[in-house]
Parts: sequence; C-alpha cells; structure tokens
Amino acid sequence: MAVLIVERRAKVVQRKRAKSKSSTASTNGSAGSALESLEKHSVVKPVDISVSFPGYPAGSYNHRDLGLTDETVLGIYHTMLLQRRFEQRANQMYGKQKIGGFLHLYIGQEAVSAGTAAAIEIGKDSVITAYRDHGIALALGMSADECMAELFGKTDGCSKGKGGSMHFFSREKRLFGGHGIVGAHVPVGGGIAFAHKYKGDGGVCLAFYGDGAVGQGGIHEAMNLASLLKLPIIFIIENNEYAMGTATHRAFGHTEFTHLSVGYDIPASQVDGMDALSVCKALQDHIAMAREFQPSLLEIKTYRYLGHSVSDPQKYRTKEELDQKKEDDPIIRMKAYVIDEGLADNDALDLVDTSVKKEVKAAVDFAENSETPDLEKIFENVYEENDYPFLA
Amino acid sequence: MAVLQFREALRAAMTEEMERDDTIFLMGEEVAQYNGAYKVSEGMLDQFGPERVIDTPISESGFSGLGVGAAMNGLRPIIEFMTWNFSFVAIDQILNNAAKIRYMSGGQFKVPIVFRGANGAAGQLAATHNTSVESIYATVPGLKVVAPSNPDDAKGLLKASIRDDNPVVFLESEVLYGMKGEVSDDKDYIIPIGKARIAREGKDITIVAHGNVYWRAMNVADRLVEAGYDPEVIDLRTIRPLDINTVTESVRKTNRCVIMDESNPFASISSEVAYQIQERVFDHLDSPVIRVTAKDTPAPFAKNLMDHYMPSEEDAYQACLRAMYVT
Amino acid sequence: MAIPIEMPKLSDTMEEGVVVAWLAEEGQKVSAGDIIAQVETDKATMDLEIYDDGFLLKRVVGEGDSVSIGGLIAVLGDEGEDISSLLAEYSTGNNGSARDSGHTSSDDQADNKSSKAGAAGAPAATPAETVEEISALVQSGGEAKILPPSSSGRNISEKSTSEKSMSGRSMSERSMSERSMSEKSMSGSRVKASPLARRLASERGIDMESVRGSGPEGRIVKRDIESYVPAPMKTEPVFAPKRGRTDLPAGSDSYTSLPLSQMRKAIARRLAESKFKSPHFYLTADFDMRKAVAARIQLNELAARREQQKVSFNDLVTKSCALALRDNKWVNASYLEEEGEIRFHDNIDVAIAVAIDEGLITPIIRNADAKSLGQIAAETRELAARARKKELQPEEYSGSTFTTSNLGMFGIDEFTAIINPPNACILAIGAVRDTPVVENGQVVAGKRMKVTLSCDHRVVDGAAGARFLASVRQYLEDPLSMLL
Repeated sequence: MAVLIVERRAKVVQRKRAKSKSSTASTNGSAGSALESLEKHSVVKPVDISVSFPGYPAGSYNHRDLGLTDETVLGIYHTMLLQRRFEQRANQMYGKQKIGGFLHLYIGQEAVSAGTAAAIEIGKDSVITAYRDHGIALALGMSADECMAELFGKTDGCSKGKGGSMHFFSREKRLFGGHGIVGAHVPVGGGIAFAHKYKGDGGVCLAFYGDGAVGQGGIHEAMNLASLLKLPIIFIIENNEYAMGTATHRAFGHTEFTHLSVGYDIPASQVDGMDALSVCKALQDHIAMAREFQPSLLEIKTYRYLGHSVSDPQKYRTKEELDQKKEDDPIIRMKAYVIDEGLADNDALDLVDTSVKKEVKAAVDFAENSETPDLEKIFENVYEENDYPFLA
Repeated sequence: MAVLQFREALRAAMTEEMERDDTIFLMGEEVAQYNGAYKVSEGMLDQFGPERVIDTPISESGFSGLGVGAAMNGLRPIIEFMTWNFSFVAIDQILNNAAKIRYMSGGQFKVPIVFRGANGAAGQLAATHNTSVESIYATVPGLKVVAPSNPDDAKGLLKASIRDDNPVVFLESEVLYGMKGEVSDDKDYIIPIGKARIAREGKDITIVAHGNVYWRAMNVADRLVEAGYDPEVIDLRTIRPLDINTVTESVRKTNRCVIMDESNPFASISSEVAYQIQERVFDHLDSPVIRVTAKDTPAPFAKNLMDHYMPSEEDAYQACLRAMYVT
Repeated sequence: MAIPIEMPKLSDTMEEGVVVAWLAEEGQKVSAGDIIAQVETDKATMDLEIYDDGFLLKRVVGEGDSVSIGGLIAVLGDEGEDISSLLAEYSTGNNGSARDSGHTSSDDQADNKSSKAGAAGAPAATPAETVEEISALVQSGGEAKILPPSSSGRNISEKSTSEKSMSGRSMSERSMSERSMSEKSMSGSRVKASPLARRLASERGIDMESVRGSGPEGRIVKRDIESYVPAPMKTEPVFAPKRGRTDLPAGSDSYTSLPLSQMRKAIARRLAESKFKSPHFYLTADFDMRKAVAARIQLNELAARREQQKVSFNDLVTKSCALALRDNKWVNASYLEEEGEIRFHDNIDVAIAVAIDEGLITPIIRNADAKSLGQIAAETRELAARARKKELQPEEYSGSTFTTSNLGMFGIDEFTAIINPPNACILAIGAVRDTPVVENGQVVAGKRMKVTLSCDHRVVDGAAGARFLASVRQYLEDPLSMLL
C-alpha cells in the first residue's frame, strides 16, 4: 500500500508563455533557447515536475505472493490463449465477410484483461471499457460462442446482435460495455462506481480506456467528480502507444499520464502490461484503495500487434518496432512462467492450445448456425415498453 | 389540491418520489447548498442530505455520464441541467449512452434516468442561452421527451418520468417557474407520458402547442373566440412519444391546423406534427397545416429583435384565419 | 407576352358570368377597345372589351360556358406564341367548368371537324380528337389516318380548326408538336382542391371540375363543396321535355324545365336574403290623386308642344319620393351589419323596378330630387328601354338608395314588395283608380292611388315610415309643392 502513496515533490509552476513566443517554444528546435529566455526575463518559470510514481515492472511477481492459486495462473494462460485464437479466427472471419462493420483486435494486450480478471471479484465488481472489448469479455468468462455470435450479428450474441464488436455487454459478468465513442464511457464508469457506493454493495468499477481517450474532456470531468465524491473507481489507461495512427507523443503535450492524477489529487501508478501477474498485482492494490472509496489512476503500458482496426495499413510504425515488441509477447512470457514454476509442462500447454482452438472453431460454427434476428426485433429494446413504436 | 408554483410542483414531485424510493437521487449544479439556481430544489438538501442531493462542479458531460452509469447500476438519478442550453456539452451522454445502451446491450441494461431543467427562450440571453432543445432530443429513439405547460402537469409528468424505466428528457421553462396553479397533492399523482391534453374544445381549427408557447396559443384561441370562431387547443405535454392520435382526431373534426412552436422551424416538432397530420389525415385537411415558430435564426439579444424572434400571437392569429380561409 | 383575359366583375352582385357569344375568332388580330365577346351577368348582357392589342390566341371557354370572376376566358398575345405555361397557371377550379367534360359548346364544330377529316378520305374520326391527332392529320397532308381515341384527350377541335385556318401548314412541325405537348399536359391539369374537399366531393359524387374554388388560387375547399349546387350546363334556355318524377301522382308527370339563368339566381338570392335578414313591416296609404291627374294633363300638354317625353304618374311618384327622402333621412339609409353602422346617404338615387323577359331589373334615377319631372320622365323611359334589351351597364342599376315598384299598369290596386337591399324601404305603387269618396259629407267622384311602403325595421321604425308617406302624400296631393 505504501508504495502507492504519491510523493508530491512537485513544484508545479504554471507555465505562462508569452503569446509571441508560444509558437517557437513549442517546436523542438528552438524550445531550449525560448525557455532560457523565459527564465531570464520572467518570474514565471517552466514546470518542474519531480513527482515519482510507483511502477509494477514485468517479471517481478510470483503468483503465490499475489494470493493466486496454480489453477488461477493456468486460467490466466488459458484465457490469454483463448483471446488470441478467438481474435485470429475473428480476423479470418472478417476477411470472409462473416463479420461486418469495425473489428478492433486486442492481440498483444491479452495480459491486461487476463491480469484484471484475476484481480477482481467477477459478478461483484464492474468493468466498463472502450470498443476493443473482446479480450476483457472473454477474460470475464463470457463464452466464445456468444462473443463470436455477436460479431456475426446473430441473435445468440451477447448483445443479441444489436451491438456488434464494439458493444459487448454482460449483466451477469457485470461488463457494462463495450463503448464506441472514445472516452464517453468513462463518466458512465463514474456513475457505476457511484451506484456501488450508494448501494453499499462493496463493488468497485474498473473503467478502461486507451491512451487516445486521455485527451477527451469527459475523462477529466469524471476524474474530478470521482475525486470529489470519493468514488470506488479505477481509471485505467491501456496505453498501447497509438491512438489509431497517432503516437502518444504526437497527441499529448505531456505523455506521462500518471501525472494527470496530480490535478485531481488521486493516487496513480504505472504497470508493465505485458506481464499478467504485474497487471494483477497493480490492480489488487488499486482495488483495495477503491474499496475504501479512494479513486485512482493506473496506466498500463501495453502494445497491440495488429492495426487499430482490420482496415488499418499501419503506416505509422515500422516492422522493426513491431517485431521487437513481439519478442516480449505476454503469452510466451506466461507460458515460460508456468513451465518455470512447474505448473504444467509443454505438452500439457499444447493440449490447452488444442482445446482452445477447438473451442474457437466451435464458436465459429455456433455463430454460423445461430439465427439472424427477426426483423421485428428491430423495435425491441428501444424502450422498456414492448409496444414500441407505440403507434402503428 | 394546493396552489403551487411550477417550481414547487416540480419539487413536490421529486420530494415525494425520493421519499418513496431510496434509489432516487438528485444531482446537478447548485442543486444542494445553493438550493437550486431557480430554487426548484430548495430545501431538498436539508431533507435528504448530501448523499442524495448532490452538488457538482460545472461539468455537464461528467455528471450526465455519471447519471447514466448510476442508472445502469440500479439507481434512478435525476440530473438537473441549470438550463438545457448547457446540455450540449453533455449531449453524447444523453443521445448515445442514455438513449442507446438498452438497445446495444440487447436489453440487458436499462437506463432509468431523468434529465431535467429549464428549456427554451427566457429573454435577452442571446443565442446560446435561448435554445429550445426538444427537436434535438426528440429525434433520438430511446429517449422520452416531456414538456409540461402548467404546475399540475409538471408534477404529474415529473413523477411519471421518475418512475419510468426509460431515459426521460424533461423540459421546464424558466419563464414558467413562477407560475401558480392548482396541483394535486396525491402522492401517486401520475399523468401518463405520451398523452396530449385537449385544453379547449372547438370545431373550427386545431391549434397545437406545448410548454411555454401553449399559453400564447390559448391567447390566440381567446382572440379567435372573440372574433366568432371556435378553436380547439391541444397541449402536447409529451413530445416523444408523440400523442399524434389526439391531434389527428382533432384535425378530423376541424380540418385545419396551426402549430405553434418555440423551436427553430427546420426539422422541428412542428414539422414532425405537420408531417404526421398529412400522413394520417390527409383527406381531412381543408387547408395546409401552418406553423408559427421562432424565426429561423439564432436568438438575438436586442429586446425588439428577441420579441420579433418569438412566435407571435398575432402571426398565429393570422395563420388561423388563413387556415380557415377567412382573410 | 401572352395576356390573359379574365372574367371581369361586371356587377356588384356578380359571382360568375356566362360567355353567351364570341365576337372574335381565334387567330384574329384584335386591338384595344375591341369587343371580343358578350357576357351575361346576373343583371345584364355585357360587352367584353379588351385593353390590349394582339392576336386572340385562344378562346378558353365556349359559348354558354359559365366562368367565375377572375377565371380565364381568352388569351391574347403575339402570333404563334406559346401560352401553355399561362394556361397551366389557370388550370384550376376557378374556371374549371370550361373543361367540364361535355360542357363545351363546340360539339358542333367538333362534328364539323370530323366530317372534314372524313371528307379528306378518312373514316369518321371520333369527336374526341386531340391536338396530336389533328396535327398528325395536318402533317400528313390530310392523308387518311385512323388514330386511336385518346382517353385523356380533351376535345379541342374548335381550337385546332382555327389553328389550321390561321396558319395552316406553315406552322413548323416542331412548334406544332410543342403545342401538342403543352395541350396534352394541360389536358392532364389538375383541379386545385384541399384533400378534404376532394374526399367530400368523391363521397357526394360531385365532379370537382364543376366546383368553383374560393380558396387561394382557386383552391376548392370544404365550404365550396358544402355550398355546391349543380350548375346548369348552359344558360341558354333548353326546353327539352323531361320525364317526370316517379314519386309524383300519375298525371302530373309532365313538365318542361328551364335552367336557372344568372339573373333568376341573383333575384332568388338577393330577395330571399332580404326577406330573411331584414324584418319587413308594411304601411299602406291611399292618396288623393285628383290634383296630380290635373297637373299631369297640363304637364303633358306642355311636353307635347316641346316634343318632350310625357310624364307618367310613376314619374310624379318618383319625384315625390325623391323630395320626401330629403326630409326623411332614415328612409334614405342602409343598415350595414358587417360595417356595424347605419349609413345615411347624401345622394337620393331612386331605383325603378323594370320588368324584362327573364325577370326584373332596377335602373336608377341618380339625384332624382334635383331633377325635373321632364328629366325624370326621359331618363326613366330610356333606361327601361335599354333594360329590356339587357344593355344596362352595372353602374346604371347598382347602388340605389330607394326603390319603387309599380304594378298599376296591370290593374293592381295594392301590393307589397320586397326591399331591394341595401335600401331601407321600397314603395309598392298601385293603380290610380276612380272611386267614390266622401267629401264634406257628400259622395263625390274621386281619383285615388294606394301605395304600400315596405320598411326594414332594423333601420326604419313605424313612425319614420309614416312620416315619409305623409311627406310623399303632401307632394302628390299638392303637385305644385314639388316646384318649390
């Protein structure tokens, strides 16, 4: 717990640039001289951020220290592999035009969802996320069948074919969506947390969003409200380095997202998202705070292997960068951990892969065979009442 | 029955419902310590405490979204916008999240929430503070839109809105807050959403209006009566679902219709009502449906321009005469 | 620039007029001031004068067609000008009767046309020829062609005939076909009507094209359907025997019918309105006419020497009434409900009911109080003569302040008349009769005349009416006082 306490040694001085200098000051080439000039002639000084935030590096945690059983660790491995195989197959089905619309794949980020699922009380705690939602849905225990059927737009889908890839929901698993408008679901997460506190049910809310959402105002409003109202919420930035095609340094004046917590007076930390155990540990700590109605901010450093969506040509990054990142693959890391810890041998893990592949294949068959929604279902669930559109 | 101001009727509705159901809470700017920017929530902090009557910072997007999440997670929030003009920074929360989550989740999550506040023109406040938002929100399936014109309707409809399991956009009027009227003191006084009221029966022409402009419509009707005509006036009360049957039944009788609407005319409630009239009772129309609306401009500041901007009683009166072919 | 010729308002009460005769042919060059047609209004047959130079491009309606005020009658313009858009503008209910199927009076000409076609070697064409058919005939040099009758084809053979006579084959093929197109689109032109009016008309079996629209741009609205009375096809009297109604007793099943003329309709409407709206009461007086008889003899001797118009008893009554009206402003007044006032007229304009073939008309002696008996006599005779010839202009019979009606020449001693609105009174004049009267206890031969004043009680009370009659009596019983 102590490690989470933010040490504020910040001497934050508001930077007040003269208008005429702002343009030059913001370009790299002349920044140095502009700042020097500022320091010479003004009482206004550049920001001096010397805040340190705790971090959760990869490879630092043993599952037993985290209170996880061997089965849980094998479960983490299983769900990561299931997500990977599920999405690979989904990608193929998209190419075969079985899936329409957008398809945002999570491959590379599986440790985030797997570590999260291991840290929370599923069915008590709530999760809300953005449109890259297949991974967390499967990690929370939603079936590959209902998820694949939803991608296919079928009536057995987790949202009855009304939501699609971006809008997975499960009341049972307390997945409050799958949301397509970047950042807009984060205030909703605040409300979910508000209700947990209001009802006193002990639950907390995990609100996931990408680095691209950090610039959205609603997130900041939500953090401010959470701080004021002491809401049991964790704001979780899944930083996969690209907002669609825009690298974080191109989108933000300041890329140390943990520093955002300072403005709202909430704790923050950063975790290596390629290690599910590190993610689990970080979340355990943050959840403990949330249960005491202390909202917080967690930045998970992760990486997506595929494009923003299936149609993304990925011109914004090099193949070398991608290959380098893939060397730190979360599934390979977990496989090594399992074998190193003697939880299972290679053959056993191969069997896991075989069964996962089967499970995914079956999910495709299930989705294929599921019915398309009846046309009259178009009016269903617009309102609570069943007689919509009310007037024939 | 008690004589209450419009704002007191709203307060009575909220108070009675909050006494009845612990899951209801009120949130918004200045609703608690300040007792409400328009004194609608006066005294409610004292009665219900800061856990249920909650001040927010000025962050409509944040607290609107918070309301949606709370509604998804089992509560029944009342979110007050100081005025609906300020809802536009939160519009995504209303027309995407509140309105569509039930649908997108295949019915797994309902969003029983009331967004309420002052709507429409309120004098020399210029363009950003005089918007009539009903057509903007009424266009969204999944939302209900309610616009009472008098204290009794305000109470009955707000109670109905709070009890409704759908997101409701509840439109009040700053200029009506002080209006007094007889209000039912029945703790279960519910006016069903989606029912228009025939405010005056007549046979010569149907005048349709809602909210603040309803009172202008009644003045027009009085003038028509003086001139020897027999107008029927319909107060829509609910914009969505629209009680088009009451309107069309009236037009079947009168064969003519003038719609008064404080909104800008393009793609507005008046255009929707007019469209539905021609769709449903075309063969009963003796003259084109005429609209009398705000000018198709932003609201101006200058007093004379603002007066000119509003749908005038004289214009509506002349429109009625034209519709009856008596000019 | 095509110029529409619309039905003018030719009398104060006129709502529609009938084109009784065309005086100019289509294609004819006409000048401002020319009379191109005669129009029968509810009061008279009037000349239709034009105010522009040009060619009469089209006679939109046929003889006998009824056209409401503002309805299109004809089109003037430059030779060969395209008038389709103008026609389309007018193709509404306000002159719809012209397009009422079977309502044109040009059937004869259509027959002529078809026989012409036949003469050119074609099998008899159907009367319902369209412009396309005609133009096809023209282009083929009259060669025989059998053309299918067009179901939507409007009978425009009258027009086509004149087109041919006007320019014949010199008209380019292209312009012919353009005209054909425009005619065709016009034949499909719609009647403007509110949806409700359309439905009501359909339910009641009313042909929309025969209804006059009172809404904007001639739109037929609910009230037009509700007040619709089937109009006669033609105003020419048609004495075709008709089968009687079967619900009448046997033996009474034979009659002839005369379609209502504009004048009969006007009389019916105005007098019924008068009787319903103005509460009538009647004052009868019996005047001693001995001095008037004597004075008339003297006056007429004088008139004969001067070769002037003789003075009738009626002229004496006109003059007496005119003078009496000077002193009785309530009688020379109008009750105007809509204006919310009683109007006392400064002028004394005495109308005199004149019987004519189709009904009656009331030419006016303007400022009769200021005119001599000779002037009154001459003017009355002249107006009556022109009235019988239906030559009166609207201003000659519109706008009286008082009316007299005399049936003395038919031996009627006394009767009551219906007030001619907006007059307050009408005086019904009986015959001057020889009758024994008691004078100073002696029965002597007397000359008496009974008059009955019908008064609109809304403006004239009993005493006011009586004072007026007393005043008239004074002038008639002492004719010299008229000279003072």
